[in-house]
Amino acid sequence: MPSFSRILLGLFCLLVAILLLAPTLVVIPMSFNGNKSLAFPPVGFSWQWYENFFSNPDWTTSFSNSLIVALIVAVVATVIGTLAAFGVSRAAARTGGLLRALLITPMVVPGVVLAIGIYAVYLDTHLVGTVTGFVLAHTMLAIPFVLIAVQASLEVFDRRLETAASSLGAGRLTVFRTVTLPLILPGVLSGALFAFITSFDEIIVALFITSPYLKTLPVQIYTSITRDADPTVAAVGTLLFIATSLIIIAGLLLGMRRGRT
Amino acid sequence: MHAPQRSAGAAIEIRKASKRYGAFTALNDIDLHIRPGEFMTLLGPSGSGKTTTLNLIAGFTDISSGTLEIGGKSVTGLPSHKRNIGVVFQHYALFPHMTVGKNVAYPLTLRGIKGDDREARVKRALDMVKMADFAHRYPNELSGGQQQRVALARALVFDPPLLLMDEPLGALDKKLREWLQLEIKRIHRELGTTFVYVTHDQEEALVLSDRIAVFNGGRIEQIGTGRELYDSPATLFVGRFIGESTVLRGSAEISGDETVMTTGGQKVIAHGRLAGGARPVILLRPERVALKRPGADVVSGENRLTGTIAEAIYLGSGSKYEVRLADGTIAVVRGPLGAADFGICDTVDIAFLPSDLILLPDDASADVTLT
Amino acid sequence: MTATHDEGLRSAVDRSAFLSRFRPRGAVWLAAPAVLVLLVVLAYPLGIVVWRSFTDPAVGVDNYVWFFQSAVNRTVLQRTFVVAAWVTLVSLICAYPYAYAMTIVGKNVRLALILCVLVPFWLSGVVRTLAWVILLQDSGVINSILRGLGLSPVKLIRTLPGVVIGMTQVLLPFMILPIYSVMKGIDTRLLQAARSLGAKPWKAFLQIYVPLSLPGVYAGAIIVFILSLGFYITPALLGGPRSILLSSLVQNQVLSLLNWGRGGAMGVVLLVATFVLLALAAPLMRQKHTSSRREA
Repeated sequence: MPSFSRILLGLFCLLVAILLLAPTLVVIPMSFNGNKSLAFPPVGFSWQWYENFFSNPDWTTSFSNSLIVALIVAVVATVIGTLAAFGVSRAAARTGGLLRALLITPMVVPGVVLAIGIYAVYLDTHLVGTVTGFVLAHTMLAIPFVLIAVQASLEVFDRRLETAASSLGAGRLTVFRTVTLPLILPGVLSGALFAFITSFDEIIVALFITSPYLKTLPVQIYTSITRDADPTVAAVGTLLFIATSLIIIAGLLLGMRRGRT
Repeated sequence: MHAPQRSAGAAIEIRKASKRYGAFTALNDIDLHIRPGEFMTLLGPSGSGKTTTLNLIAGFTDISSGTLEIGGKSVTGLPSHKRNIGVVFQHYALFPHMTVGKNVAYPLTLRGIKGDDREARVKRALDMVKMADFAHRYPNELSGGQQQRVALARALVFDPPLLLMDEPLGALDKKLREWLQLEIKRIHRELGTTFVYVTHDQEEALVLSDRIAVFNGGRIEQIGTGRELYDSPATLFVGRFIGESTVLRGSAEISGDETVMTTGGQKVIAHGRLAGGARPVILLRPERVALKRPGADVVSGENRLTGTIAEAIYLGSGSKYEVRLADGTIAVVRGPLGAADFGICDTVDIAFLPSDLILLPDDASADVTLT
Repeated sequence: MTATHDEGLRSAVDRSAFLSRFRPRGAVWLAAPAVLVLLVVLAYPLGIVVWRSFTDPAVGVDNYVWFFQSAVNRTVLQRTFVVAAWVTLVSLICAYPYAYAMTIVGKNVRLALILCVLVPFWLSGVVRTLAWVILLQDSGVINSILRGLGLSPVKLIRTLPGVVIGMTQVLLPFMILPIYSVMKGIDTRLLQAARSLGAKPWKAFLQIYVPLSLPGVYAGAIIVFILSLGFYITPALLGGPRSILLSSLVQNQVLSLLNWGRGGAMGVVLLVATFVLLALAAPLMRQKHTSSRREA
């Protein structure tokens, strides 16, 4: 009896895992399609969609735009979000709780409602299609992720270490630099990674505030999907998937090494 | 030997110090003078103000009123990192991302000490606590006792004139605690630094200290050597907090130079009388009381109270008896090895000389705080 | 009474005194830059949306009257909630056994199961939706498999079931992770205890385990439902004219018809629905599962 229900559970989990992985399993083979079609399974094999991605200015420009915006967002949101995390966890419990609830609202506000609001403001302030506009909007969207990541590591950080450092002769800034920051660094770095990905992958607000002069990669992908069945999208998806995997695996390995020592 | 240089310890002078948090008074008008090089223990139950006092000296919290001088200089308003005081915490507080060596080098780096000088001082400090072989380990690879020794080295490596310890052995088991107590005593002797030690464990206080300040309810009840506190406590609280004791209560009359107390229908005579109109109680130390068969071995002038043995405990080095007296009071008596054996429910007399009892003013709050 | 109260207070004060130096009253101000960013790019824009919904083209509640009087709008609003409910239900059905399996398997299988939950995040969101277009289309993978099995193909692309499948795949991790994190903390010895007291295995599971896992279920369900309400890209690409959701309608009003007032009114309805749901669900999510953890 128990083994039967275990087998049933195993089969069910396999189906759920397939559902979860299906898009990835489809996109990677598609990127090597020999034909210009989005039919699956792909026909033939070629690198042409990768070549197209690296040679077509539409793709390369939007990629570098996204990279620039996401890098700036990662830095700005990480600094602002980390400060906010300190504010939240060191304020009185009630104030901190309220502040936290306030700062994570961007996660629950429906994307399109936010997008039309930001679009309206940007039309008035001429921020549509500007790097500043993108950075501002994406920083707002990324702050909750940084806040959550940094707060998690602040929660396990032992505040008594700061008192100890102070008794040994370290001033406030030195305490932060030599004790607090090194110990919460994993949280700060994963916050930065989340911020980067949030910006790099953001599409809804981007669709509204984009302009022919400044397109980000998700916007380019979206227009490409709606305009024609261009397998370059699959190549881009695969490249980003590999890049993300490498960064995360590197991060995990680094974390494991820190954990060992 | 390899110990850091003997440095002159700093004196501490606390006058009329209070610490208030809003309407709540954590520390009420205390006076405390600690001599250079002294081992002073702040002893008291949890919440008695001893840790608040330590925090004031360390600079972790500000004084509300009164003065605090360290080494003859007022430190009011001086932040903790500028006070140059070593502090050892109950939970070690070693930096988990630094090796033992880096932890101990940390205060030296902050003071601009570099290179060979720093290495030599780190090694000397680790030698002193017998942890030199562990310099390249991380704190999470050490046992609690080892971590606390490293913490001690880190707090002493910069030769502070004053070392504060906040229940440093509280998280360790008994055997390790007793061994480390002797280590701490040895280091104190070698260095000549002033040590201020906070604990709620009166035995630990007696083992370590030159003098002990007993805290209760935000005040200091008495300051003195262990012997002074044990033999002549100033208050009932101190008498009961230090060592074992039996408290006799009853109606008291003063006749000439003696106080006569009637407890459970029997009379007890005490020499002397209390000043003022305070209600007296009698405090008995277990080893000053003898257990005798009723009516036997009478010594002239001794007090005798009859009761029954409620509990007899064999301790190896002797025996301990609890005797229920006529009014229900439990008297604690220690019998030496080889003394006559008594069994539970035996009727016995407890006998003690008037010069061996301690007459104190009654204080109901002592019961509340101690139970 | 007061003496013991004072004592408790005193030792609490002793403990917090250590931290007091590092708990300056001004700590809240560290959050000021974040709050400023939110004011400028979140509060102000949303304020504009609300403002326009009441003032564009004329001052009043005309836009809301229009919204609720139109049968089409009411249908879309209802459909948005129905889709969110379906996505939440399907996610829950998939997530609960999956999360449970994660707690009972060995270390390596657990790692594999966790990877399956996280890997979808590594694929760009828009690309993921494209993959679902390929999977669901009439000549797509799913229909090929059905044909291969000798079954008749089904219409999935541009239908509500297609939209639900795509959204479920995207939102499933948000259901699995909270449920797993609660289940991980449940002491399974409680199940053994219940069985030793005479409960049948299924009864023990339903009466002991399921109630203890509910905080995770509530948290996952509310996150998935709320995110579903605001979904835009997936329904826009996978859905058809008969499966339009509210977000697409908002986008259409503003970008195509340039009708900020009506689009704003729709947005406000969506926003209010989201926050009302959050407020209602907050007490459920605050439940902690401490009772089972103590003994562990």
